[in-house]
Amino acid sequence: MAVTKEKELELIRILEHHGRIETDVLAKMLDENEDDVKNCMKKLEDEKIILSYGAIIDWNKVTTEDHIAAMIDVKVTPQREVGFDEVAARIQRFPEVTALYLMSGTYDLSVMVEGQTMEGVARFVSNKLSTLDAVLSTTTHFRLKKYKHDGVIFNQEEKDRRMVVSP
Amino acid sequence: MKQHTVQTTTKKKRLSRAVSSIEPSGIRRFFDLAATMEDCISLGVGEPDFVTPWNVREASMASLEQGYTSYTSNAGMIELRTAISGYMFDRFGVGYDPEEEIIVTVGASEAIDLAIRATIDPGDEVLVATPAFVSYEPLVTMSGAVPVPVPTDASTDFKLTKERLEAAITERSRAIILSFPNNPTGAVMNDVELQAIAEVAEAHDLLVFSDEIYAELSYDTPHTAFSALNRMRDRTVLISGFSKAFAMTGWRLGYVCAPNDITQAMLKIHQYSLMCAPTPAQHGALEALRNGRETVEKMTNSYRARRNYIVHALNEAGLTCRFPGGSFYAFPSVEATGMDDETFAEQLLIEEKVAVVPGSVFGKGGEGHVRCSYATSMDALQTATARIEAFVQRHAQ
Ligand SMILES: Cc1ncc(COP(=O)(O)O)c(C=O)c1O
Repeated sequence: MAVTKEKELELIRILEHHGRIETDVLAKMLDENEDDVKNCMKKLEDEKIILSYGAIIDWNKVTTEDHIAAMIDVKVTPQREVGFDEVAARIQRFPEVTALYLMSGTYDLSVMVEGQTMEGVARFVSNKLSTLDAVLSTTTHFRLKKYKHDGVIFNQEEKDRRMVVSP
Repeated sequence: MKQHTVQTTTKKKRLSRAVSSIEPSGIRRFFDLAATMEDCISLGVGEPDFVTPWNVREASMASLEQGYTSYTSNAGMIELRTAISGYMFDRFGVGYDPEEEIIVTVGASEAIDLAIRATIDPGDEVLVATPAFVSYEPLVTMSGAVPVPVPTDASTDFKLTKERLEAAITERSRAIILSFPNNPTGAVMNDVELQAIAEVAEAHDLLVFSDEIYAELSYDTPHTAFSALNRMRDRTVLISGFSKAFAMTGWRLGYVCAPNDITQAMLKIHQYSLMCAPTPAQHGALEALRNGRETVEKMTNSYRARRNYIVHALNEAGLTCRFPGGSFYAFPSVEATGMDDETFAEQLLIEEKVAVVPGSVFGKGGEGHVRCSYATSMDALQTATARIEAFVQRHAQ
């Protein structure tokens, strides 16, 4: 038996926030058989609906690792036929780029870059990004502090304030 | 357990007979015991583990900023009553006049009290489908009337049957208190099953106090409002509130929908005892009704997954547990351990530091079961069920 569409959506919702839940627990949560759940996950991976199982890390707390992130507004000249896609395809391949979005408004592409040092990020912008033919201008904003990311609020004490037993 | 003896210098009786006649809630005892234990995992809570949605909190703060700090009308802000009326109609297909048939109360708790006090006389009998929320029977007793438990049990999935109900009816029966989805069993009743109860209510001319506070938390079938059944609107007092669906327990906001003669009688008590429900809470509730649908759905989806998990896990641990259709409680039988529910809950707390509530505190029919609330994190649920499994294995007969 395959997992129903409804349960599949439920599975996606759970995994989006709790990627590490064991499949036997997932199966119980979905009221499905474990093998069916495994198959469903495999199918979602094959269909590239599930792309990866990551963790959200508060790098500020990992003192041994220097970590810096910047958001770069990029104006580009769109290319004939392919529009912005071709230049986007070139930019997204750089390992420093962690996210890339096409934007409406005063600039075209929003490039998220992460690195270990400010110099590293600056070098990426000056040597790699701005030298691309299609790139007209870049404006780099360094991120100072992360308050909320991907729906997760950083530095929030999650304390259960409820009484141990209540009606 | 702490014992308090009070020495007084008054000669006359100091406490009313009505109050002296009732026991403190059985939940209280477990609270005292569990509260002294360190790092205990609690499946004993009867409230959502979500914080009230931000938009609701924000609306309430905004109302304070704008200076809404005075009383509202006794029955509650008309905008809120209108929103409740619209919500009742949209969600459950039953219409109430916001001017005459709805009162905003201090929690569903107050609404239950008002319903009983406004309609029941000393000596009347009030049928209570049990296991049930702990306040019903004492509130009936305090009004001078007699609570008559009508037990439901696992053989009917804790649904009330026509036969059981009829067997408990006497000349003096005036009303019945129902609550589906149920606290503590999680049982739900569909329209056909409720219709059978409606027929009995009609045949014996009973009022029906229908506590539908868990209406939004019905996971497998849509909720049926009792007053939406054929000819039932006129004899039903529909009680509900914001505590469970909108994660607003601390706000103390509920409401009641009933025919005009009953709400007006209830309003007399409400206006002299409480005046009105808190104003900032009413502004929050208005926002909850206007823009809360999506959050309710998210919370419900999350409870459903946790329900599925805990039921499977409890069964694997060796405790027989049905699939409860609503609220956020699982109600497994502890028969496999040969213990009664009180002993089970106490030993589990002492040996494994997991708090559950013995079923018998919720009245007849609850014996032999414990209430496990799954309104807690998946991590806590996994640890708790693993500990329960170890406990059951150690004590299995
Ligand atoms: C069945 C039932 N009715 C009413 C209440 C009380 O609700 P409120 O917080 O609105 O007073 C509860 C709370 O546990 C309940 O379980």
